[in-house]
Amino acid sequence: MNIIVCIKQVPGITDVQIDPEDNTLVRENIPSIVNPFDMYAIEEGLRLKEAHGGRVTVISMGPPQVASALKDALGMGADDAVLLTDRAFAGADSWATAYTLSLAVKMMGEFDIIICGRQAIDGDTGQVGPGLARQLGINQLTYISKIKEIDPSGKTITVERLLEEGREIVEAGLPALITVVKDINQPRLATVANIRKASRIKIKVMSAADLTGVDVNRLGINGSPTKVIKIFSPPKREGILELIKADNINEAAIQLVDRIMAEKIL
Amino acid sequence: MPLLEVDNDKCVGCGNCVDVCPFGALSLDGDKVVVNDKCTDCGACIDACPTMALSLPQRPAVKTEDTGQYSGVWVWIEIFNKQITDNSAEILGQGRVLADARRMALTACVLGHDVGHIAKDAISFGADRVLLADDPSLDVYRNAPYAAIIIDLARRHKPEIFLFGASSRGRDLAGSVATDLYAGLTADCTGLDIDPEKGLLVQTRPAFGGNIMAMIICPDHRPQMATVRHRVFEKPLVDMERRGEIISIGPSMTEEQISTRVTGFIQETDKVNLANARVIVSGGRGVGGPEGFEPLKKLADVLGGTIGASRSAVDAGWISYDHQVGQTGRTVRPDMYIACGISGAVQHQAGMKTSKVIVAINKNPDAPIFDIAHFGIVGDLFKIVPALTEQFKKRLSA
Ligand SMILES: Cc1cc2nc3c(=O)[nH]c(=O)nc-3n(C[C@H](O)[C@H](O)[C@H](O)COP(=O)(O)OP(=O)(O)OC[C@H]3O[C@@H](n4cnc5c(N)ncnc54)[C@H](O)[C@@H]3O)c2cc1C
Ligand SMILES: Nc1ncnc2c1ncn2[C@@H]1O[C@H](COP(=O)(O)O)[C@@H](O)[C@H]1O
Repeated sequence: MNIIVCIKQVPGITDVQIDPEDNTLVRENIPSIVNPFDMYAIEEGLRLKEAHGGRVTVISMGPPQVASALKDALGMGADDAVLLTDRAFAGADSWATAYTLSLAVKMMGEFDIIICGRQAIDGDTGQVGPGLARQLGINQLTYISKIKEIDPSGKTITVERLLEEGREIVEAGLPALITVVKDINQPRLATVANIRKASRIKIKVMSAADLTGVDVNRLGINGSPTKVIKIFSPPKREGILELIKADNINEAAIQLVDRIMAEKIL
Repeated sequence: MPLLEVDNDKCVGCGNCVDVCPFGALSLDGDKVVVNDKCTDCGACIDACPTMALSLPQRPAVKTEDTGQYSGVWVWIEIFNKQITDNSAEILGQGRVLADARRMALTACVLGHDVGHIAKDAISFGADRVLLADDPSLDVYRNAPYAAIIIDLARRHKPEIFLFGASSRGRDLAGSVATDLYAGLTADCTGLDIDPEKGLLVQTRPAFGGNIMAMIICPDHRPQMATVRHRVFEKPLVDMERRGEIISIGPSMTEEQISTRVTGFIQETDKVNLANARVIVSGGRGVGGPEGFEPLKKLADVLGGTIGASRSAVDAGWISYDHQVGQTGRTVRPDMYIACGISGAVQHQAGMKTSKVIVAINKNPDAPIFDIAHFGIVGDLFKIVPALTEQFKKRLSA
């Protein structure tokens, strides 16, 4: 099987603290990590390869330092890595990102499945996966919690989709793009052997000029329909906490229930 | 490779931009500002600069068509179990507000099988017109046949604004539609307004795990598309007297052309429906084990609520992932969120901090959950939760 996994490098919000003084982000030393949902995507790709053979190619669009995210994926066991980096790609929204990724994927030859994370934790849009599938004209299966069956020769896949009300079983033809949720698997750690192997793998770097059929007007900030006009901190909730203090638990419970009933939400 | 440009002749090194940058991408080197790789070209700094030293390259207007040809507000109606979802009803309510502000019609797109009644619902919630595709191939939501119809309709009728629920189905569909229409799509909006001067849709949304808010517009592309979360807008009152036009349309794909099939549906065993829950009682590491959720369940039962959990409780295997609230779990906005034994890490807050009323029960008075809670009790949840359950029982049955 030829498996493509799309990964994004994001600021590791893990260590982001909110400054209690002015409710802004404390932004010193935010490390960059592989988008957590993309870790599940990489893991699922590796499992498919282990079960059915083939290659896992990871691809990412971003500034040159994204190479380190790709190295992480290689360290987990991916076989190839493609880095799309160019000043012309900067400032891309989900439309332009999906467009750019689709041009690179079209140049990668035959593939059976593309795996994305359900969303990136910086933008939280979850739109790049559907956008990429549509640009490529292949089936899209979003919010997948399980691949029940996949038959690369018969070109079919059966999955469980996580919806608000439950899980839906869907059968589809391959090639397809899936986006995965957290409970699909438990990502492995990189191994020393793979890290060593990874250090010898050359990341394929592509710029706008390398993309066949590119329309430069559709790249980066110029090609992005959406435009951010303002960024601000969410209105801070000042001194909202009412701490219930009472002599005993029952008294506290009575007081709290009083207050909640007064909110008229029940 | 940020695009942001600094005009060193104009920069006075005041540091205003350094303070407003949400990404830590700017710093002062002597008396000049420098940009590092963390810059996302968001533009937040540009307005903060008193000397106009910062700029982003001007975007060429890529307008291929005249945006003035586009008119009307459209809403895609999500249906589950042959019922309109609350999310769609709420969006119709806000769609009405936007349509009135633009003096335009509100159109609902109803796709499904045996769903004529939904078309009437959409009108009673505020639609002027319904485009109704009723066909066996549309019985259950599938991306390909739904996207094909919506794209055809949008190409033909050219709506100015097109809204979808930010649900699994809504995001799945909107992502495809925006791609083919080359439209801007803003996910998970918490605010939708019309700019009084330019008439553009101003979309407000949280980003970065809810730590910052962004305002977004789509100046040159149409329709202006957005997805909206459940419980952001009020559900409008039903007006059975309202009259509207229902236009029937056929499917755009035949069953043979569709290569996906939905073969089953597993209702969540204990019906974890966090997105729609009005009350969520949530447990964290403080509940100590799977049995620690029992008192929480009793409280939830009395309140007609659902059980949520922190990632620590899920990772410990005490409860299934369906219950997880937060950045890597569900985002919820219930009327009341009761956090029991949850410290309130930013990643947890990202999924629940817009709840209407937040109640925190925690042993540790310094737990960050108290920073965002409206009501709190410091103490042992195993004593407090049962006492609360008793009191609610008394009060709600009274
Ligand atoms: C990339 C990433 C994504 C993440 N996504 C999520 C997410 O989606 N959701 C999420 O929840 N977390 C997420 N986390 C984890 C998050 O950072 C925290 O580790 C987690 O939320 C902590 O869970 P907790 O509050 O249950 O546990 P703890 O932080 O250990 O807190 C337990 C609390 O219980 C209190 N307590 C203990 N015993 C009692 C008692 N008897 N009575 C009352 N109080 C008691 C303690 O005082 C303490 O405050 C994520 C982390 C990362 C790095
Ligand atoms: N710049 C990028 N490069 C590669 N893949 C991406 C990029 N941005 C997003 N993706 C993929 O699309 C998914 C959804 O991202 P988003 O739409 O930004 O929330 C991610 O989990 C990745 O799998």
